[in-house]
Amino acid sequence: MASGTGTLNMVGYGLSAIGPGIGIGLIFAAYINGTARQPEMQSRLQPIAILGFALAEALAIIGIALAFAL
Amino acid sequence: MRHGFVLANPGFEAPGPVNFISSGNVLLWKSSFLLLFGGLVVIGFFLATSRRAGVVPNKLQFAGESAYGWVRDSVARDIIGEHDYLRYTPLLVSIFSFVLVNNVFGIVPLLQFAPFSRVSFAYGMAIMIWVIYNGVGIARHGFVKYLKVQTVPAGVPAIILPLMVPLEFLSNIIVRPITLSLRLFANMFAGHLLLILFATGGSYLLFHAEGPFTVPAGILSFVMGILVGFLECVVIVLQAYVFTLLTATYISGALAAEH
Repeated sequence: MASGTGTLNMVGYGLSAIGPGIGIGLIFAAYINGTARQPEMQSRLQPIAILGFALAEALAIIGIALAFAL
Repeated sequence: MRHGFVLANPGFEAPGPVNFISSGNVLLWKSSFLLLFGGLVVIGFFLATSRRAGVVPNKLQFAGESAYGWVRDSVARDIIGEHDYLRYTPLLVSIFSFVLVNNVFGIVPLLQFAPFSRVSFAYGMAIMIWVIYNGVGIARHGFVKYLKVQTVPAGVPAIILPLMVPLEFLSNIIVRPITLSLRLFANMFAGHLLLILFATGGSYLLFHAEGPFTVPAGILSFVMGILVGFLECVVIVLQAYVFTLLTATYISGALAAEH
């Protein structure tokens, strides 16, 4: 293995991205479940799922901003 | 963008944020011209599709009207509600098409730069939307009542209000424009960085590196780059949709009747 210098920021960002990753997975799992059980609700569920996805993703985004800024 | 270092240096230098930063004035660089061009494309598209509009739509008019109708029905009406949605539909259609066209520039050959992967342009959009949704709310409710709508959640016992009000203020007034702009920026930036990484890394592995597995690794890198390109196509549309959806949500929250 090559040795190198650098910051651990990206490693920390990778770790912090686990949380939003799990959250987004849960949101879409619920969306798929709901659509599978009641296909006619799909158009109602879609904006809710995307909105939840965007809010969970905000954590990862704050993380990437801090990973580059700090 | 400076890619020459791959050829000049003996080792591979991974691309980073520095590839996105121009030397000199940001307003006189590729990204700002692309932003202007994107605005002109959107204006031209909707002018072309609405000119000679008839009761029986021609092909162009149908394209324009289905773009407009999709945003109106699936974003504006669903989120803002039957009562107010028509007033805000033109704004949402403009935002959606502007962000979409500018993001598509990121994967158009020769242009190949999404202006919103420079964070300052995303900040500009977010500041505009912040002013709009707060202005709409203040115009509807008056300043004091608007603050109450945004910061005092309904049905919360009075004893934890001192805790909830600052939190709601922080989340609804201060953090919203930051996450709105950073979401758009970070998605465009990260996608473009991945494309650069796989392209420059692939060419380095194929043509400059020495070792037993460099050629298959280089081919794999290019294949990954193409797959990431397809992922980018999805992200581009999704981020334009999310940006519009959140704008509609903020406007609807500002308009909401007292809880």
